[in-house]
Amino acid sequence: MKPLLDVRDLVTEFPIGGKQGLRAVDEVSFKLNRGEVLGLVGESGSGKSVTGFSIMGLVDKPGKVSSGQILFDGEDLATQSYEQMRSLRGRRIAMVFQDPMMTLNPVLRIGTQMTEAIHAHEKVSPSQARIRARDALGMVGIPSPEERLDAYPHEFSGGMRQRVAIAIALLHRPDLIIADEPTTALDVTIQAQIISEFQKLTEEQGTAVIWITHDLAIVSGLADRIAVMYGGRIVESGDITTVLEAPHHPYTRGLIRSVPSENSRGTRLAQIPGVTPSLSRMPEGCTFRTRCERATDACRVRPGQFGNELDYHRCFHPFEEKLA
Amino acid sequence: MSLPNTPQNESPLLEIRKVSRHFGSKPDIATRISIALGAAKPPPVVHALDEVDLVIRRGEVLGLVGESGCGKSTLGRIAANILQPSSGSVLWKGTDRSKLNGRALRDADLAAQMIFQNPMAALNPRMNIETLVSEAPAIHGMIKGSRAAYVDEYLQKAGFDPDMKRRLPHQFSGGQRARVNIARALAVRPDFLVCDESVAALDVSIQAQILNLFMDLREQLDLTYLFVSHDLGVVEHISDRVAIMYLGRVVEEAPVEEVFAKPNHPYTQALLAEVPRIRPGKRKFEAIKGELPSPINPPPGCHFHPRCPFATERCRTEIPKRKEIAPHHYSACHLNDVAA
Repeated sequence: MKPLLDVRDLVTEFPIGGKQGLRAVDEVSFKLNRGEVLGLVGESGSGKSVTGFSIMGLVDKPGKVSSGQILFDGEDLATQSYEQMRSLRGRRIAMVFQDPMMTLNPVLRIGTQMTEAIHAHEKVSPSQARIRARDALGMVGIPSPEERLDAYPHEFSGGMRQRVAIAIALLHRPDLIIADEPTTALDVTIQAQIISEFQKLTEEQGTAVIWITHDLAIVSGLADRIAVMYGGRIVESGDITTVLEAPHHPYTRGLIRSVPSENSRGTRLAQIPGVTPSLSRMPEGCTFRTRCERATDACRVRPGQFGNELDYHRCFHPFEEKLA
Repeated sequence: MSLPNTPQNESPLLEIRKVSRHFGSKPDIATRISIALGAAKPPPVVHALDEVDLVIRRGEVLGLVGESGCGKSTLGRIAANILQPSSGSVLWKGTDRSKLNGRALRDADLAAQMIFQNPMAALNPRMNIETLVSEAPAIHGMIKGSRAAYVDEYLQKAGFDPDMKRRLPHQFSGGQRARVNIARALAVRPDFLVCDESVAALDVSIQAQILNLFMDLREQLDLTYLFVSHDLGVVEHISDRVAIMYLGRVVEEAPVEEVFAKPNHPYTQALLAEVPRIRPGKRKFEAIKGELPSPINPPPGCHFHPRCPFATERCRTEIPKRKEIAPHHYSACHLNDVAA
């Protein structure tokens, strides 16, 4: 089966005064099938959000996708014109942001914004559009959707706003949704509500999802596949169970072990020493080597992808055993 | 882990008794007259805390958990003596804090320090690290000898390289700023730290470093913590006891193993079911229905009843009392009466 999304050696750069630009996304490759959920995991500055923006064609200037391909249903998004991208965005690929106020206009009623999004891609009568908007609100679990269409964004709570943002993303039944930390700002119980709605709807509609997050726990219960990013590169990618049970890359391993859990009570947490270097000071070769206990001189060379194109890691000294 | 051994006769470090805290504007005289005449409505009052009882013993880590708007930060601020309660009393080492004055009051104030969530907002951007850390102890005459040596000592305790103390806060990463904040709190030699979401803004790998630091400092300096957080995984890791808050009230309080193994209150049960854990394999996310009601107009009776699957008529009218349902395990739920 041909994958829905096939990202090959994607590089996104931000130029800095003449020299080679800062590589926020550095030769990132992954594949996503229809209906699949990919967890794109990383800490701040790892390039996970820029990867999402690159696919959407929303990288802020002067940053740009400088090489690589983004094959979406066979077409390369990296070479599409502005108009072509515009007709794709919101219709076939949609994005949900961490802060729903980024999606919502504070001075327009929810109904206006939703019908606007419908009219952007389809010719339907205003009354038809309103009915569709109402149904979409109902679908994401907003009580009395008919009345809520006339409300302004500030009249909603944070969780409800995120539901509205998801309803807008789902309006055109897109093939792919990129969700960038959509539940990070929400409380635990609200987070569970949102994920459960999201899970239900995407399963029903067969939507593929890229779930960008720093939270391994969410990804572990939600995703089919995982890609771990560090310093702009995917350092490990594979089936979610395989990667979480036996991570090859020292960074993946360190990340999993540094999450507090029921077993860690009263003990010291395993910690990764140091901090993520800034993009302008990324070490040569393996970007993780300055924080890695296994690093040797071999790591001064840039590690390639070891494994096949779906399950791979970028480490010269990978772990083979299961995580205790 | 057992509770820290405190002699029975020693009074707890901090005791919060029937503390309520309301926020609202005070109407001026004209408004008061029009309210009395029925021409205006009284201004809305937020009931942030509603008769909360809480005891913190010397040497323990008490985790305070709840969703946003439940009053956990307000309670943390009252514990750190930054806010005063609207009613009720706070006992510091057995003495009512509102009765303290002079030197005793100052000592009590210094002994309880707070570490905030956003280190950038807590640090003055125009002061260098050395000034930030030394200001309070210098004012209180705590520095005997060299100021630089004093600052170095506390920066080192917090795992911050003293060579960088001449720099400004914006030159550091989030994790380093968190360390400066901790050093600053430690510099006045407190007994008790209130950590209000102190690791919430940090990346996972940095969060682990800071949590380890908190545990090390507790050993070295014999500190007591009130650890306010919405992150159940973090609270489970660091706490000896846990108190769960819902809409201004503590609904359950128990040793950490007990509460995670046998949660009693329906809210606790629902909350703990949502603890995200790293467990491979797709799962269905199920959730408690509804949202936290507004603290301006909280529901009568048990605050949780509109969302509670087991709610009865009694829950709608009568406020449940806090009861000891097992040794050191307190819960405020009417269902416990039915079972007994």
